[in-house]
Amino acid sequence: MIQTLMPNTDWSMVLPIAMVAVAGIFALILEMLFPKRDNNLIVWASQIGLLMAAAMLIRQFGLEASTSFANTVIRDQFGLAMQLVCVIGASASIMFSEGYLREKKIPFGEFYPLMLWSTVGAMMMCCTENMLVMFVGLEILSIALYVLAGISRVEEKGEESALKYFLLGAFASGFLLYGIANVYGATGGLGIEGISQAWATKDANVQALLAFGLALLLIGLGFKASFFPFHQWTPDVYQGAPTNVTAFMATVGKTAAFAFLYRLLEAATAMQAIWAPALGLIAVLTMLYGNIVALMQKDVKRVLGYSSISHAGYILVALIAHGKNPGRIGPETIVYYVLSYTFMTIGSFAVISLMAHDGKESTGLDDLRGLWQRSRVAAVCMVVFMVSLMGLPPTSGFFGKLLIFQDALYADLLPLAVVLAISSIVSAAYYLNIARQAALSDSATEEINFAPFRPAIQNTCVLCAVAVIAAMVFYSPLTQFLAAR
Amino acid sequence: MNVPLSALIWFPALGALILQLLGFVNKAKDIKSIAVLFTTVALGLNLAVLSKSNSGTYLFQAVESVSWIENLGIRYLVGYDGISFWLTVLTTLMTLIIVVATPETTKNLRGFFGLVLLLETAMLGSFCALDLVLFFSFFELTLIPMFFLVSLWGGPNRNKAAAKFVIYTFAGSIFMLVGIVALALQHQKVTGQLDFSIINIQASVASGKFWANAIQAQTFIFWALALGFMVKTPAFPFHSWIGDTYAESPTAGPILSSVMVKMGSYGFLRFCLPLFPEAVQSQAPVFMAIATIGILYGALVAIGQTDMRRMIAYSSLSHMGFVLLGIFSLSYKGMIGGSFQQFSHGITTGLLVLLVGYLVEKHGTADMNAFGGLKAKMPLFAGLFLLGMLGSVGLPTTNGFIGEFLALMGAYETGARGLFGLSPGFAIASGLGVVLGAVYLFVMFQKVFYGPVKVTEGPDWQDIPVGKALPAFVLVFFVFVGGLYPNLFFGQMEASTQATRLMAISEATKRPSWKDKPEEVTIRVALEDPMQGQYIRTGSERLISSSRLHGNVDEKREIR
Repeated sequence: MIQTLMPNTDWSMVLPIAMVAVAGIFALILEMLFPKRDNNLIVWASQIGLLMAAAMLIRQFGLEASTSFANTVIRDQFGLAMQLVCVIGASASIMFSEGYLREKKIPFGEFYPLMLWSTVGAMMMCCTENMLVMFVGLEILSIALYVLAGISRVEEKGEESALKYFLLGAFASGFLLYGIANVYGATGGLGIEGISQAWATKDANVQALLAFGLALLLIGLGFKASFFPFHQWTPDVYQGAPTNVTAFMATVGKTAAFAFLYRLLEAATAMQAIWAPALGLIAVLTMLYGNIVALMQKDVKRVLGYSSISHAGYILVALIAHGKNPGRIGPETIVYYVLSYTFMTIGSFAVISLMAHDGKESTGLDDLRGLWQRSRVAAVCMVVFMVSLMGLPPTSGFFGKLLIFQDALYADLLPLAVVLAISSIVSAAYYLNIARQAALSDSATEEINFAPFRPAIQNTCVLCAVAVIAAMVFYSPLTQFLAAR
Repeated sequence: MNVPLSALIWFPALGALILQLLGFVNKAKDIKSIAVLFTTVALGLNLAVLSKSNSGTYLFQAVESVSWIENLGIRYLVGYDGISFWLTVLTTLMTLIIVVATPETTKNLRGFFGLVLLLETAMLGSFCALDLVLFFSFFELTLIPMFFLVSLWGGPNRNKAAAKFVIYTFAGSIFMLVGIVALALQHQKVTGQLDFSIINIQASVASGKFWANAIQAQTFIFWALALGFMVKTPAFPFHSWIGDTYAESPTAGPILSSVMVKMGSYGFLRFCLPLFPEAVQSQAPVFMAIATIGILYGALVAIGQTDMRRMIAYSSLSHMGFVLLGIFSLSYKGMIGGSFQQFSHGITTGLLVLLVGYLVEKHGTADMNAFGGLKAKMPLFAGLFLLGMLGSVGLPTTNGFIGEFLALMGAYETGARGLFGLSPGFAIASGLGVVLGAVYLFVMFQKVFYGPVKVTEGPDWQDIPVGKALPAFVLVFFVFVGGLYPNLFFGQMEASTQATRLMAISEATKRPSWKDKPEEVTIRVALEDPMQGQYIRTGSERLISSSRLHGNVDEKREIR
């Protein structure tokens, strides 16, 4: 009897998640024990926690796919890889946080626990096919992010950013819940694996419920992934939030949303006649809108915000291709692209945070001019990130794009591939502009009073830049490792 | 000495890195000497690699194949053949000349030479890559260094020019990437194997299986690739970047660019012709029209320019039009003329830009109205300039004549026979381009070198020193070697050009393939007429008679 109530529970599946959560608690205790100290201890504790979580994830690589906790947690290669990407994103964001937070005079110790718990939520979303678990994960992710976005309490922009993010996020949660309720009504369960079965009944009522529910689910997740037209919060929040939070939000938050979308579209393959055209249109608009509006921005963080919208569009193309043909098109593209996107995005935000001077953020395009004097290494890294975001060799961004093209053509999505190509051309203009500003070696007109140099920030840049190039050169072993089937 | 091809390709990049790391070398003179050393060694390596060349075969030589990305069928696959042979020489030679000619007063010399060396690797890689993804990687690797060369060292409008250059090229090449992926997927569809190696894809094309059920897809993919090459070449509607790039770059820019544009025309020869035979035959009239328009339009616009570099840029458009004209005439003479014209355009344009660059360096402008009567003041300079100009105009005994003449002849030949839907009109109209070429060049020469002296002030108003003119002498030497003894160049090109041509125009199963066994391949060249190649595959019944080679390809019409 007890056996059936508590089916075999494989605790090792949630061990990495628990590890990160415990690291967060531990970091908070450290903060309370030594309140007036610098945060180095907390940073180290967080990094070690993440490292151990990563090791636990990697240990599970290659194991048979299985589920546990009454089918609410799933362990497969895709979920493990996406969790790893989340952990890497969190670790890289934390790496350059301390210097930045000190500079902004917000060196709060609770920053790190919040970021870790946010990561917990993201990891939960990556390893479940249960809508409710996903929702809980999403809320854990989001609520921590709402706080983080507004952690700079003195800045008006920060407050606006946090409030905007919170309101729109809450709104999106409403959509999501309503969608879950509808799908539950149709399938009689909270797992998305029931969708195809329910759809196959050909019952008009069930199908209508499903279609409506799926649409609402996609809207809710679209908010998190910032697809057009659910993207409005993205540039404002990215600009207003502290740069390290932005980096975290743009990578880990999105990774989680993509991971669940991936599973959802796979489960709803049978319904592709309904969602494929709609998502195709959304992808087209997302790619074009993000890139075209980015052209007119004057603030680097906003530019990267819009560019992240367009990258979400690129990933959506790959998601559609997978959802249309899940048997043939595997997870490699998504995992690889998200990983490469994580490195280049966090790297470029780290470079931007290096530009802080006179106690200000200085994220204007013109402010990048002094970068060459500030740190040549960082300037070169910035060029690498921009080249990668453009999708040029020899960087991982190029292979990411190549893979998406491949998937899109394979799934007969030629129009999407062409739009992707066109919007990449548009994107070249603003990425090049940033790259040029970064590499301008002309001596600046006035002496810039830079904040004290933080080697950790530069190290983050270098690590990310090396990773961006290494991910292209060592593509084969990397994908075999991440996405071995 | 046995030098691997990769050593040649990667040596300049290594040099670029070393140059950045040698922080203790601070004097501009020393930095330049090191850069000269690196580029000289690169040229030496190039000659060492090529000294082993076998001119009798069209198969790739010095092939290196390393598995790179197995699950996607991407390999590090490099090799050269007769078509890339002279282009690699052009690359290493022109890079050396750029480095020698760069004044030591250039700011941030270390970074400048670093980028130039990086570009050398990218260009050599493009000319030697036999894997489509590898080729694309090298092809795109040229963008960013060139972007920075223009935008950090260029003239007043450098930002616009640099962005224009990159966006144009990128716009073309991103569609090329789509085409490349589609090509690999087609290979997967046909053989079950995802593969980006052109050797394998072409073998499948040669057997006729590849496009058997995908004629429409062939045209589409052909255009996707061709678009990228057209922007790079540049061909007519996609040329507008070239004027700004030439005018706003430092002197090295146009010289590099004159080599880089070969990546476009080379792309047609290497990828489009062998891989898309039916599409090439059906689209040949379109490209002949584009080439003709480019020749005439480029020449007409060049007449209207007052900036000398801008004029040279448009003359490039015109001259590259002859390359395309020759290639898409699909006749042996035309193609060998086109291939030769690639080399000779690089030499003559490089020479002219180099000399104009000297004027700009001294007087800060390339406006031809600002000068006058230079001939009396600078006789040596004027003489060199005249020789370069004659090469560009295409006077007999210069290399320009050989290339343009053969391209025109080939175009006329195919047109007169009415093959591939071509007409002799293309050749006749293009012939006008030669005349127009004389117009703009001689008008410029007249304005700058004759008439009243306009610029008088300035202490350095003297002739070009012999030491500085050394690179120009080298290029003049090549102008005449090409004009007087073209066989030096043809000897290497013949087999490959002929094979490429047969890959494009033969019937499906009779196409030569880069996978043919070496012992089956003999290309004999009739001694009395270097223009007539003979392709014989011994050991198989596929024997192609001499008469079929020079034009009697009427039976090809059946395929269409």
